[in-house]
Amino acid sequence: MLELKNVYKYYNPDTVNEMCLFRDFNLKVEKGEFVSVVGSNGSGKTSMLNIICGSIPVESGQICIGDKDITREKEYRRNERIGRVYQNPAIGTCPSMSILENMSLADNKGKVYGFRRGTNKTRISYYQELLARLNLGLEDKLEVKVGALSGGQRQAMALLMSTMTPIEFLILDEHTAALDPKTAELIMELTDKIVKEKHLTTIMVTHNLRYAMEYGSRLLMMHQGEVILDKKGTEKSSMTVEDVLGLFNEISIECGN
Amino acid sequence: MDFVISIMEQGLIYGILALGVYITYKILDFPDLTVDGSFPLGGAVTAFLLTRGANPYLSLFAAFLAGALAGVCTGLIHVKCRVRDLLSGIIMMTALWTINLYIAGTANVPLFSQETIFKNGILEKVFPEGLQPYSTLLIIIILMLISKFLLDAYLQTKSGYLLRAVGDNATLVISLAKDQGNVKIVGLALANGLVSLAGSIFCQEERVFEISMGTGAIVIGLASVIIGTSIFRKFTMLKATSAVITGSVIYKACVAIALQNFEPQAMKLITAVLFLVILIVGMERRKKVKTDAGA
Repeated sequence: MLELKNVYKYYNPDTVNEMCLFRDFNLKVEKGEFVSVVGSNGSGKTSMLNIICGSIPVESGQICIGDKDITREKEYRRNERIGRVYQNPAIGTCPSMSILENMSLADNKGKVYGFRRGTNKTRISYYQELLARLNLGLEDKLEVKVGALSGGQRQAMALLMSTMTPIEFLILDEHTAALDPKTAELIMELTDKIVKEKHLTTIMVTHNLRYAMEYGSRLLMMHQGEVILDKKGTEKSSMTVEDVLGLFNEISIECGN
Repeated sequence: MDFVISIMEQGLIYGILALGVYITYKILDFPDLTVDGSFPLGGAVTAFLLTRGANPYLSLFAAFLAGALAGVCTGLIHVKCRVRDLLSGIIMMTALWTINLYIAGTANVPLFSQETIFKNGILEKVFPEGLQPYSTLLIIIILMLISKFLLDAYLQTKSGYLLRAVGDNATLVISLAKDQGNVKIVGLALANGLVSLAGSIFCQEERVFEISMGTGAIVIGLASVIIGTSIFRKFTMLKATSAVITGSVIYKACVAIALQNFEPQAMKLITAVLFLVILIVGMERRKKVKTDAGA
């Protein structure tokens, strides 16, 4: 279970540009939930993910996993149990290293990076098996540098790499936004498959309302640092893209755009 | 012949320095000016030990460790105090000048009467008479090969993978639940250890420690790395480490040839012009693309 309690987040504190994003923000995500988050730009979606992962600090409030308070825990420590895929496919992989080396790096997450050989030869067939599931032909290009791959191929690898080792949470930050429609579809299906297989508690930020409706067990809509819609289970499945779009338009008119 | 041997000797010693610069400049993407201080640091430690009768081979290890320590300091200044990379190196470089003076005692320590890795009782017995003129070069080649192969091997370990990843994409290292700052510190330690080792070998070969021996060391290192990696970019079979060492020999050869035609005063100007030429030639040239293609 992941919980944000009474979170306050200001940007540019103590300056004339001070902006309060979250004021007493609360969110509880149950174990095994797949939460889709939608909302306009600046509504605090990505900030919420950054707060959960520890990429940005909060002014006050608590972030808890189960009973454990992780508010003071460093980002890299939190990542022991969190996997994250970013919007930019370049962030999830190492461009100057080969596919095999990237997979080996990811495979060792949570263990010591010592003086053992970087690539465990006995694991290569396992990596090939994982890559073959992507249907992108990457399993035959193990020695190719990741920098030479397309955005979609890199994002598929980033998704594989972030979920390779046992993690509890998967954080997806508009991870299909930079891809063409067909590749985006492929990545989205793959995401769903991995989430179900590994029973990951997932939070996915997306601008694609159809994905938000189609995937996930819970839907959140955010606006100006607040959750304005929160539907679970059957309540969610009875909603349509039009309903959500209607609500979206409503808040946009309020803002004057 | 002597001319070629001297170029090879110098080039290969500076090749070890270039390996260190390769780690910071190419792998970590960190412009590390500590090098100008850690190169003479190796010399100072060696001068300190040799004048007190220590084993010359031990001085190599001591120099490596001292350099690594200097690298750790630069890393701590950068990572923990959040000082910019360039400035962290400058701070350490400046501090090391005085530290080197303290270690060595004076600005100039001659080592003519001391046993060195190139001249000692054991070597005279081991090397056959005919090979004596080449003994210095052979020892340098052996040390260079050991450094190169150890570095190659390290870069293939898990820790080495992480080091290569951090310069490429620090966010990924954080995603792998590792502190990217610590990885950088390890890289800086290794790099400056190698630089300091080169300093120790250099000062034993020259048989003198000079406080100013490090001035411009970073330029030589960078030039070697850039020559090596840009000339051998097409040769994918050649490891980057080999390319960098070859680059260092080429650079030393260029400087030596240039100096034969100019006065010694021109040294720094030649270095600067040569470096500029290398940078321009080494730049990746974009192929001209027709802007009106298809129209």
